[in-house]
Amino acid sequence: MIEAHELSKVFSDKKRGEVRAVDSISFRCQPGEIYGLLGANGAGKTTTLRMLATILSPTSGTARVAGFDVVGEASKVRAHIGFLSTATALYDRLTAAETVEYFGQLYGLDSATIARRTAEIFKTLDMEEFRDRRCAKLSTGMKQKVSIARTLVHDPPVMIFDEPTNGLDVMAARSITDFIRQCRDGGKTVIFSTHVMTEAEKLCDRIGIIHGGRLCTEGTLGDLRTKYAKSNLEEIFVEVSGDAR
Amino acid sequence: MNLRNVLVVFRKELRDMLRDKRTIRSMIIIPMVAFPLLFLVIGWAEEKFSSEAGKEVSLVMVQGGEDSPKVLEALRSFPGVEIVPYEADARQQVSDKKIRAVVEIPAGFDASTSSGSPGKASIDYYDSDTRSELAKEKLQKFFDDYRVHLAREALAARGLPTNLLEPFTVEAQNVAPPSKVGAAIFGGLIPYLITIFCFTGAMYPAMDLTAGEKERGTMETILTSPVARTDLVIGKFLTVVVASVVTAILSLLSLGFTFSQKRGLFGEGASKQISIDPAAVAGVMAMLLPIAVLFAAVLIAVALFAKSYREAQTYISPMVFIVIAPAIIGTLPGVELNWKTAFVPILNTSLVSKEIIAGNHPWALMAAVFGMTCVYAAAGIAAAVHMFNREDVLFRV
Repeated sequence: MIEAHELSKVFSDKKRGEVRAVDSISFRCQPGEIYGLLGANGAGKTTTLRMLATILSPTSGTARVAGFDVVGEASKVRAHIGFLSTATALYDRLTAAETVEYFGQLYGLDSATIARRTAEIFKTLDMEEFRDRRCAKLSTGMKQKVSIARTLVHDPPVMIFDEPTNGLDVMAARSITDFIRQCRDGGKTVIFSTHVMTEAEKLCDRIGIIHGGRLCTEGTLGDLRTKYAKSNLEEIFVEVSGDAR
Repeated sequence: MNLRNVLVVFRKELRDMLRDKRTIRSMIIIPMVAFPLLFLVIGWAEEKFSSEAGKEVSLVMVQGGEDSPKVLEALRSFPGVEIVPYEADARQQVSDKKIRAVVEIPAGFDASTSSGSPGKASIDYYDSDTRSELAKEKLQKFFDDYRVHLAREALAARGLPTNLLEPFTVEAQNVAPPSKVGAAIFGGLIPYLITIFCFTGAMYPAMDLTAGEKERGTMETILTSPVARTDLVIGKFLTVVVASVVTAILSLLSLGFTFSQKRGLFGEGASKQISIDPAAVAGVMAMLLPIAVLFAAVLIAVALFAKSYREAQTYISPMVFIVIAPAIIGTLPGVELNWKTAFVPILNTSLVSKEIIAGNHPWALMAAVFGMTCVYAAAGIAAAVHMFNREDVLFRV
C-alpha cells in the first residue's frame, strides 16, 4: 500500500530561485493495483517517486509505503520496495549473479535465502546463460533482466517504476511491461510513471495526471473518459494539462 | 553505523576496484614497474654518458710555450689529453665544442719555474659543458702533478729529502652508523614520498566510487537499498584508505628495491652502505595512517560534489599542489618539529616522520601530531558523511 498525503518538494535553484517541483500531491495505491503517474517531462513524476523511495525527503507532507513512514522509517521503507528506472544502472564490473547477491546482502538476506531467491529469479527470467558474465558485456535486454532481478531479490510488496521503458527498444520495453503486470498479479502494490499514453492505457488500473508538480486529476481510465467526455487518453491529458496552465 | 552493512559495501567496492584497470594502474603497475624502470633507465643513461665522457681523450690547444719545451713535453705525455695545433680562434672552438680547452703558457715559463720565480699558466674552458669541465680537471691535475714534480726536482738538487713536501698525512673516518647516514639522506625524502603516494593512491578510487558512480547511474541504484547512507560512505571510504595505504607500501618497497640495486640512479648510494632502520619505516607508516584516512575522506567529500569523473578531476588535480607544498617544506633543512608546526596538517606528519627516521622519539610531540591528524581525519570523515547525506550534492544537476 502507498499513501501520499499533501506531499511537496521545493528545490532552491540559483537561477530560478525556489522551485516547487511537487506541490501537495495526495493519492493512494492498493496492493494488486497499478497506479500510473502520467505527466510530461519536468512535471514532477520522478521527484514524487524518489520521495516515495526515500531517496529524497519531502519538504512537507507525509507518505506511508508498505505501512512505514518515508521520513521517520526511511530504511524500512527501502527494505520493502523495489525501485527500477532507466537511471538506476548496474555495476559494469560485477557479474549478473554478483549483482543480485550484493543487493541481497544489502537487503539483509542471509546467504541461503540469497542463493534460493537467485536460483528462482534466474530461472523465471531465463538468466542462467549469462549469470557469470559481467554487466558491461551484457545486451540491453539482459541488463534489464539483471535490474529486475536486483529489485526482486528481497521479494518486496511494493514496486516503484520510474519511466522504466525510457530509451528501450520494443522487445526490452515489452518485457518490462509484462514484468509490471506480473507484479500486480502477484498482489504487489505497483506505482509507475510514464509520459507514454499507450503504456498508461494498457497497464494502469488507475491513472493520476501530474502537471507543474500538481496532481490535476485521477481515476480509472473509465472515470477519466466519463469525466472529460473523451475516449482517448492523450486528448484527456492535453485538456487536463492545458487547464492547469 | 551498521558494521555488517559497512563490510558488505567495503567488500563489494574492493572487488569492483580490483577489477578497474585505471586503479590497478595507479595502485600497482606504476609503483611496482614504472618507478624502478624509470630510475634504472635514468641511472643507466647517466652512467653510460659519464663513463663515455670520462673515457674521452680531450682535445686541447696550447697557446705560447714555444720557449718552454719541458712543460710542453710533460703535457704531451699526460694521459687523456691530446694537444692539437693552436689556431687563432681557439676559444671560439671551445665554445663551439670542437675542442675542450685552451692552455696558455706564458713566455719563459720553463725558465722562471727552474729559477724559482712563480710562473702563471691559464686554462680556458666552457663551464656547464661536462666534457670541457672534465678536460679542465685533467689539466688542473696535470699542473698539480707537474708542480710537485718540479718541487721534488728542486729538493733533490739541493740534497734535501723529498718527503719534506708531505711531512704528514690526514685520514678522515666516518663514525656515523649506516642507519644515521640513511636518515640524513632519506629523513625528509621518505615521508615526502609516502605522503604523495598516499594521496595519488587515493585519488582514482575516490573519484571512481563517487563522481564515477553518479556518472554511470549506479548511485541512485545503491541509494534505493535500505543501507544507511553513512554505512555506504564509510564502506567506500575504507576502500579508498586501503588503496591509499597499499599504493604507499608498494611504492616504498619498489623504491627500496630500486635503491638497493648497484646499477641505476642510486647506484652510488647503494655502494656507500646506507641503511634505513625497518622499524623506523614502520613507525613512519603508522604516523601516516591517519593522513591516509584524512586524504581518503577529503577526496571523497570533494569528488562527491562533482557530477562526473572529469569534473572531479578538475577539482582534485589542483589539490595535489596543496598536499605537495607542506610535504616539501617538511623536507627543508631548518624546518623543525615544535609545538607550532605540530598543528599544521601534512607538514606535522612530514616533520615527525623525519624525526623518527633520524632515530629521535619526541613522544609528546609525536602523540600531539598523531592526535591532531586523527582529529583532522575525523573532521574529513564527518565532511564526507555530511556530503553524502545532502540531496543537493547527490542529485546535483
